[in-house]
Amino acid sequence: MITLSHYLTVGALLLCIGLAGIFINRKNLVVLLMCLELILLAVNFNFVAFSKFLGTVDGQVMVFFILTVAAAEAAIGLAILVCLFRNRQSINVGEFGELRG
Amino acid sequence: MQEPLITTGLILLIVLAPLAGSIIAGLFARQVGRTGAAGATILGVAVSLIGSLYVLKLIAFDGHSAVNVDLYTWFQIGDIRAAVGFLIDPLSAMMMCVVTSVSLAVHVYTIGYMREDPGFSRFFSYIALFTFAMLMLVTSNNFLQLFFGWEAVGLVSYLLIGFWYQRPTAIFANMKAFLVNRVGDFGFLLGIAAVLLYLGTLDYQTAFAKADLLIGKQFFPFGEGWAIDVPTMICVLLFIGAMGKSAQVPLHVWLPDSMEGPTPISALIHAATMVTAGIFMVARMSPLYELSEAALSFVLVIGATTAFFMGLVGIVQNDIKRVVAYSTLSQLGYMTVALGVSAYSVGVFHLMTHAFFKALLFLGAGSVIIGMHHLQDMRVMGGLRKYMPITFATAWIGTLALTGFPGTSGFFSKDLIIEAVGASDRAGATYAYWCVLLGVAVTSFYSFRLLYLTFHGPERFAAALKQAHEEHAHHGDDHGHDDHDHEAHHDHHEPTPHESPWVVAIPLIVLAVPSLLIGWFTVETMVFGSFFGSSIVVHEAHDVIGELKTHFTSPGGFALHGFVTPAFWLALLGFAAATYLYLFNPALAERLSQVFAPVRRVLERKYGFDEAYQAVFARGSILLGKIFWRAGDQTLIDGLAVNGSAQLVGRAAYLIRRVQSGYLYHYAFSMIVGLIVMIGVFVWMGR
Amino acid sequence: MSVDLVLFYAFSAVLLVAAVGVITVRNPVHAALMLVLTFFSSALTWILIRSEFLGIALILVYVGAVMVLFLFVVMMLDINVAKVREGFARYLPVGAFVAVIMALQLLALVGIEQFGPDRYPLPTDPGPGYSNTEEVGRLLFTQYLLPFEIAGVILLVGTIAAVALTHRRRTGVRTQNPAQQAAVRKSDRLRIVRMPAEKSREGDSP
Repeated sequence: MITLSHYLTVGALLLCIGLAGIFINRKNLVVLLMCLELILLAVNFNFVAFSKFLGTVDGQVMVFFILTVAAAEAAIGLAILVCLFRNRQSINVGEFGELRG
Repeated sequence: MQEPLITTGLILLIVLAPLAGSIIAGLFARQVGRTGAAGATILGVAVSLIGSLYVLKLIAFDGHSAVNVDLYTWFQIGDIRAAVGFLIDPLSAMMMCVVTSVSLAVHVYTIGYMREDPGFSRFFSYIALFTFAMLMLVTSNNFLQLFFGWEAVGLVSYLLIGFWYQRPTAIFANMKAFLVNRVGDFGFLLGIAAVLLYLGTLDYQTAFAKADLLIGKQFFPFGEGWAIDVPTMICVLLFIGAMGKSAQVPLHVWLPDSMEGPTPISALIHAATMVTAGIFMVARMSPLYELSEAALSFVLVIGATTAFFMGLVGIVQNDIKRVVAYSTLSQLGYMTVALGVSAYSVGVFHLMTHAFFKALLFLGAGSVIIGMHHLQDMRVMGGLRKYMPITFATAWIGTLALTGFPGTSGFFSKDLIIEAVGASDRAGATYAYWCVLLGVAVTSFYSFRLLYLTFHGPERFAAALKQAHEEHAHHGDDHGHDDHDHEAHHDHHEPTPHESPWVVAIPLIVLAVPSLLIGWFTVETMVFGSFFGSSIVVHEAHDVIGELKTHFTSPGGFALHGFVTPAFWLALLGFAAATYLYLFNPALAERLSQVFAPVRRVLERKYGFDEAYQAVFARGSILLGKIFWRAGDQTLIDGLAVNGSAQLVGRAAYLIRRVQSGYLYHYAFSMIVGLIVMIGVFVWMGR
Repeated sequence: MSVDLVLFYAFSAVLLVAAVGVITVRNPVHAALMLVLTFFSSALTWILIRSEFLGIALILVYVGAVMVLFLFVVMMLDINVAKVREGFARYLPVGAFVAVIMALQLLALVGIEQFGPDRYPLPTDPGPGYSNTEEVGRLLFTQYLLPFEIAGVILLVGTIAAVALTHRRRTGVRTQNPAQQAAVRKSDRLRIVRMPAEKSREGDSP
């Protein structure tokens, strides 16, 4: 039978994959944003699993809101990406070092 | 009992009148002009002189008791109290008279000597300031005020030696004087501190009353190992100050160099008054010195060495002022020797007589220098007695006094010193006796050599004088001197020496009188009588003067007796040698100096003291300074602290700056790593 | 092994492989598609556990809207694929290492001892009449009403922001502003100047 632990494991692995993706993919800003979605997905996983195994629905409501916010954030993030691309003709994160100290 | 006539007001008047004159001449020179400057200072010193004479009369002749008055408390730190106060007793009254009289003579002389000098008013301000400082020194009633006067006279001496400050030699000389004096002052200050430590007071009378507490006390600088007798230590330390101020070997090197200053101050400061401050101090501290045989033996030996060996150096000098300078050194040695055998009153007596005849000799030399258009080398003088009769006569009088011709004041003081040393059985007295005795011959020799080379013999000054005259006129053009000089010079076709103006000649005459006579009239009261009273303390066992008293009949008797003493014969020997070598057979003098060339070289190099001090102390200090500069300042402070800290900040910032790479993934990475670490901590803590 | 468990393993495997694929494939379009697959798999996983509302919502919202947006952007941008792949190999070891460390840590925490069936019992089967949607809705519109409305506002703000950020102004376009035109006064257009009259001379034209 499926236990809570299964779901949590999957969530943890998803999180780690997402994190790895953030600093492996430093040449493609879009993939970076996609990895953000992966991390958010991992969080959602946890919420849903806990919601079911604890018997309350609050977790799922939380996921609902996370979904909303993630969507809005993705939209704005892509808008910024588009602006950046217009200015720099590139989405290579390695080139964007102007804020260095 | 009479009411006290020596009031605080009178004392303040005596001490502060010269100061007032100095301030007027110094700060308001432009307003009062040259006449005003000279007039104010002379008036101040004259007032001081009159006051001092009055005080002397009251104390010496009218039996007025000593006056010890504290004016106010300078500061008080716990138990240490420093006051400003005055002690007027026979010793200080006598010193006051000597100081103010010589000072007045020098002031009047200066009107003539410094007439052409642009620093006229400044000079008067300085010598009046000096008079004030010296008066503070001798009238002080506590150690700290003594030290104030001590330092003040040192300061004014520095200012005056370097009066012509554009000359590098003058600057070198005044620095030398000040620094060597500093060494002495260091010892002096330690002595004062020791007095304060062991007696708990800075006041003379309190300290002297408690002096017996010091007997037997020991000082252990290195724990239990080495013990130093406290009275000896205090007296030796105080004497180190005297060695500096009174130019005793080895701190004597500054006095010959101080001849860079104008001649009036050589007379005032470096013959009559400032250099005698050390002698005065030892006499004043006689209650302390009597407690330590060892210290007095030390004083004795130092004084004797100075007396004899410095006289020798005077033989080979060619500058007229240098001869008199070394003579002063030698005579100071005589005074010190007198102190060393506990004959304090004789030492002070010689101080007084020496003040008059040495000032006379210096002023006479100055007169010669003026007459010779500021030439000082005796080898280009000669035969000046025709041109400068007054100077010639007074110089002879001064020389007779210096060499101790029986009857002159110098005779009384010098012969008494020699006899006192002879009668003493202190350690080192025999050495001292031979030094002072042979020193008489040396003194006689160089003194008459000076006279013969300057006033007698063939005239050697023609070429040098012509050159000096042209330079002088040239100088006159450069400096814009007043027309008076030009007229005076243009009158002669060929320049010749001339007698000095009356303002210069009169002080010479005035000083010649006491040089001849004062000894005769005061020896009995001052030395053998009760003139000094309780201001000088001598223990029974050391009382050589008491012994001498038995032989002394009267001044006349002593003078007659003087003709048969060994000292007289030695002086005669010196006179004869000088006369033969410099009057009749100068070629022999040349030959002798070649034969004895090594000895001559040693004397000309002044026993190598200057070279030694230059090499060790001057170079050593410069080296030390360089080391501190390179290692301390440049490397440590500039490099390590200042630049180093800036660089440290820079480097640290550089390192920290690399964290701000501007790259998103670096930031994310560091966040993640931080997260991992935190989780790790929690996991580990949860275990 | 129950059917549930097998299905769960299958879906999870696809999920994780797709996730790894997101971060490793060369072509960003492929990466977006892999992400779609990821979402699908996770939706299925959720449906397994009877959270069908969220599963469908995930597909509709995330895949249908967000991923489509991603694909739009990816295809719109003219990306030089070759250049984008430089340096991948260089960072892989470090990234993988850190990720593995992290994973190990997390797995240590969520192991079967802490979150096993003894602590957290399986959810009971609620029967055929169970509607997850209704359950979520019930809570959403009563207790979480305000956050719900705010979520809507957030989406509105996101829309406006995205439009505002990428809106391009065309240069050189002249527009009229009627309000300004109507508000013009005589003094803005006309200025009367005094000048001395010039005398006419012979030969000037009248």
